Amino acid sequence: MSDNFDVPAPLTGVGGWLDDRFHGARGFRVLMRKVFPDHWSFLLGEIALWSFVILLLTGTFLSLFFVPSMSEVIYHGSYVKLDGIRMSEAYQSTLNISFDVRGGLLMRQIHHWAADLFMASLIIHMLRIFFTGAYRKPREVNWLIGIGLFTLGLLEGLFGYSLPDDQLSGAGLRIFEGALQGIPIVGTYLAYFLFGGPYPGNIIIPRLYIVHVLLVPGLILALITAHLFIMVHQKHTQMPAKGNTEKNVTGQPFYPYFLAKGGAWFFFIFAALALLATFAQINPIWLYGPYSPVQISSASQPDFYMGILEGSLRMMPAWEINFLGHTLSMSVLIPFAVPLTLVLGGAAFWPFFEQWATGDKSWHNINDRPRNAPVRTGIGMAAVVFYGILWAEGANDVLSDFLQIPLYTITWIARVLIFVGPVLAFVITRRICLGLQRKDKETLLHGYETGIIRQMPNGEFIEVHKPVNEEGRAVLEAKEVPALMPAPSSEDANGVPAATSPGMLGKFRAAANRAFAETIAIEADGHGNGHGSGNGHEAGNGHGPEIAGEEHEAVGTPSSPAQLPSGDEDA
Amino acid sequence: MSDMEETEGHVGPAAPHRVIGTPPPSPRLLGSTAVAEDGDGDGAGEVTEAAGDEHIVGLPPDDPRVLLHAKRVERIVAACFTFAFIAGCGFIAAYIGLGVHSVDKTLRSNLALGTSLSLALIALGLGALLWVRHLMPNVEMVEQRHELRSETKDRQAFEEYFKEGAATSQFVKRPLVRRTLMLGTLPLLAIPVVLLRDLGPLPGTSLRHTVWSPGRRLLVYGTNQPLTPAEFSAPGQSITIVPEGFTDNPDALAKATVTLIKFRPGELNVPTTTNGDTLISTMNWTVENIVAYSRICTHVGCPVGLYEQTTHHLLCPCHQSTFDAATGATVVFGPAPRPLPQLPLTVDAEGYLVAKSDFTQPVGPSFWERG
Repeated sequence: MSDNFDVPAPLTGVGGWLDDRFHGARGFRVLMRKVFPDHWSFLLGEIALWSFVILLLTGTFLSLFFVPSMSEVIYHGSYVKLDGIRMSEAYQSTLNISFDVRGGLLMRQIHHWAADLFMASLIIHMLRIFFTGAYRKPREVNWLIGIGLFTLGLLEGLFGYSLPDDQLSGAGLRIFEGALQGIPIVGTYLAYFLFGGPYPGNIIIPRLYIVHVLLVPGLILALITAHLFIMVHQKHTQMPAKGNTEKNVTGQPFYPYFLAKGGAWFFFIFAALALLATFAQINPIWLYGPYSPVQISSASQPDFYMGILEGSLRMMPAWEINFLGHTLSMSVLIPFAVPLTLVLGGAAFWPFFEQWATGDKSWHNINDRPRNAPVRTGIGMAAVVFYGILWAEGANDVLSDFLQIPLYTITWIARVLIFVGPVLAFVITRRICLGLQRKDKETLLHGYETGIIRQMPNGEFIEVHKPVNEEGRAVLEAKEVPALMPAPSSEDANGVPAATSPGMLGKFRAAANRAFAETIAIEADGHGNGHGSGNGHEAGNGHGPEIAGEEHEAVGTPSSPAQLPSGDEDA
Repeated sequence: MSDMEETEGHVGPAAPHRVIGTPPPSPRLLGSTAVAEDGDGDGAGEVTEAAGDEHIVGLPPDDPRVLLHAKRVERIVAACFTFAFIAGCGFIAAYIGLGVHSVDKTLRSNLALGTSLSLALIALGLGALLWVRHLMPNVEMVEQRHELRSETKDRQAFEEYFKEGAATSQFVKRPLVRRTLMLGTLPLLAIPVVLLRDLGPLPGTSLRHTVWSPGRRLLVYGTNQPLTPAEFSAPGQSITIVPEGFTDNPDALAKATVTLIKFRPGELNVPTTTNGDTLISTMNWTVENIVAYSRICTHVGCPVGLYEQTTHHLLCPCHQSTFDAATGATVVFGPAPRPLPQLPLTVDAEGYLVAKSDFTQPVGPSFWERG
C-alpha cells in the first residue's frame, strides 16, 4: 500500500516557505521517525497528558461563565429549590453553568472527571515508572519533574474544587485554613495573608481562581513541556525483549503510526470522560447548598487524591505541645507534613539512594521486570500499602457504615496497620519476587509445561516440557543485578581501602548493597546440553531421559546474569 | 516460526505453546529483519513489514485475500467516521433543539449532548484504531540511541570557554564588582515577598476573640429568634446558636457559632478548670442544665455538627474528633487536642439566654501564638 503520490503543491509550498525561515525540515524529519515502543504501560502517561488537554479545553469554557466573586446575592434562578437563598456569586454562577448554560453541566462534569483521571493516571504512571526502574540514569530529572507535576496537580485540584463555594468545598477550605494555622511561627500570618484577614473573608475565591486558572496550569504546562522534550531527547525506555538493547529503541515511528494511535487514544479518553459526565454525576453542588461556616454534612469526603491527607488527619491521635506561650499543634502538623513528605520526598530521593546503594552509575534504557528488583518492588509495594491505608482511613466513616465495624475500631486498625502494613508488604513482595525469579530460572533451564502428558514405554506418565523460544528467553534472561561492593574497611589486592566508608553509613550502605544484589542466579551448573540424564533436576517431576534430552537441546548456558551492567560508564 | 514444531490442532503458522505466567511472544515473532536507522544519518530509514493481520500474515500485499480484508476494513473505518459525523451533527442539533433552565430539561439536554459527544468520540477513536491496525502495514523500526554524554573534547572546550569567559569578564579577579553586584540584586529578590505584605491584615489578637460580649443574645440558627430556657426544655435537645447582630456575617460565624445542649438534671457535670488564672469551664456558666460549647472544632475548625443524645457525644464529621458534652466537652477520641471552649451563659432581664462574656479562651484550631 505504499502508493506513490505527489505531495500537494500548496503543502510543499508552505513547508518550503517555513523551512526557508526556520530550518524545520531537519528537526521534523527526525521527529517523524521517532520510535515509540509498543507496550500498554507506555500509554499511562498519555492518559495524564490527554486529560490535561481536556482540562484546558473544558476549563476555558467554564471560565467564560464562572464569576469568581464572594459577593452575596439572593438566588432566583432555574434551580427552584434554592430560590431566595443567600449565596455567593461564585456559587450562583456555578448553578447557572449547571442549569442555564447549554452543555454547561456536561463541561463541568467532564472537567471534574478529567481532574480525577489526571491524578489517577499520574499515580499509575508513576508506579509503572517506579516498578520498572525507568527513573534510573539518565532519567532522574524527568522523574523529579513527574513528582513536581503530581504535587502541582494536588494543589490545582484542591483549589479547583474550592471555587464553587459550596458547602463541601467550604469544609475543605476550612480544613486548609486550620492546617495553615498549625504551621509553627508563620502559620497565623500565612492564613491571614491568604484569606485577606479572618476566615472565610471575601477574597479567597478570586485569589484561588487566578491561581487555579493561570499560575498552576502555567507551571504544569511548562513542566509537561519539559517532561516531553526531555523524553524525546533521551528517547523512550523499552521493556526487555529480543533485539532490545541498551543502545537501541524498537517500536513504531511517530508518523503515521503513533499519530494515529495517539489520536485514537485521545478520542477514547475524551469519550470515556464524556460518558462519565453523561451518566455518572459528580460534585452536584446544588445538593450541597451554598457554603456557611455554621454547617457541615456528615461523610464529607474530598476528591480521591486528597484522601491521603484526610486519612492521616483522621488517624492521628490528639497531640499538642505548649511551651513558652506557644502552641505546636502536632495533631495537624504531623498528618499534613509527614505522609506526603514520606511518599513524595521518598520517591524523589529514591533514584539517588539506589545509585548510592548499588554503586551503579551506568545508564539504563531497558526497564527491569519488577520481580528482578525485589528490594525496589518491595519498597514500592510498601509505599502503595502506606498510601492505601491512609487513603482508606480518609473514608473511615463510609467504611464503618459499609462494613458495620465501629468507627473508632476502624481508626485503631488503621493506626496499627500504618506501621505494620508497609513492613509486611515489603517482606511479602520481596519473597514473591524471589519466588518468581526461581520460576523464571526453572522455565529457562527446564522449559515450560505444555500440558501435554505422554506415556513412556515403561508406563510412566510425564508432562512434556518445551524450551522457551528465543523471544521468551530474551525476556527471562534480561536480568541485571547490581554487583556486590567490597565490604567496608576491606582492602583490595593492592591494599587500597574500599570506597565504602567504614562508619555507620558505610555499614548501612553495605547492607543495602547486599539487599539490592540478592538474586536467584540463573546458573546452569550441570544443566547444560548434557543434562539429559535428568539427575540435575531440582524438581525433576517426571522428566523422562529421552524426552528431556530432546526438549532441552536448545537450552544452553545463559551468560552469567550477575555481571556488571554493561552500559556506558560515567566519567 | 519455522523452528517451532507443529502443535496439535493447529494449522498454518504454529502458535507457540504458552502457559499462564510465561511472557507473551514479542510482536517481532514474524520477520525480524527490522532495519536500523541512524536517527541522525542521512539515509531515509527503511521500515520493515513485520507482521500484519493474523489471517493474512505472510501473504503478499497483492494477494486477493489481503485486498479483500483491506477493502472490508476500509468500509468499516469509513462507516465509523461517517457515524462520528452524524453523532457530531446530533450534538449540534441537541444543542439547538433542547433548552435548559430547569432540572428536567437540563437532565435531558445533558443526556443528549453527552451521548452524542461520546458516540462521536468513540467512533473517531475506533476508526483511527482500525485504520492504524488493519490498513497500515505493521512495521517496526529500530532507532539507535546516541550517547547523551558529550564527547570529551566538547566537554574540555566547554570548560575552556567557561574559564576564558570568566577570565575576560574579570568576575573572579575583581571581588568588589562581584560582591556589590550580588548586594545590588538582593533587594530585588526580596521585593516580590515584600509586595505580598498587603495581602491581609496582621492577625494581632483577633484569633483570641469572638463577637460574643456580655448580654449578647443567643439566636437560633435559621430562625434568628432569641430563646428562653423554658422554650429549650426538652432534655437531650441540641441546637445551633448564632450571636445576635452577626447572623449574616460569615467571618463572625466562623468563630462564634455555638452548640446549645439541654441535659436532664444531674447529667451535666462541667468540671471547673482554669488556664493559669483564667477560668475556662465551670458549672456556673450553665443555665438550668443548658450548656453552650463552641461549635468550631479545636482540631482544624470544622463545625462539630453531630450530637448523640444517648452518649452525650459531640462528633466532628470531618475527622471524627469526639467530645463528651456532659463533662465539659472533653476529648473522647480523635485528633482534637483540647475540649471545645465553653461559652458562659446567663439570662437577661427579659428571660432570654445571653452570653455572660466572650469565650475565655481562643476557639477553633490551634495556632502558634495561642499558648
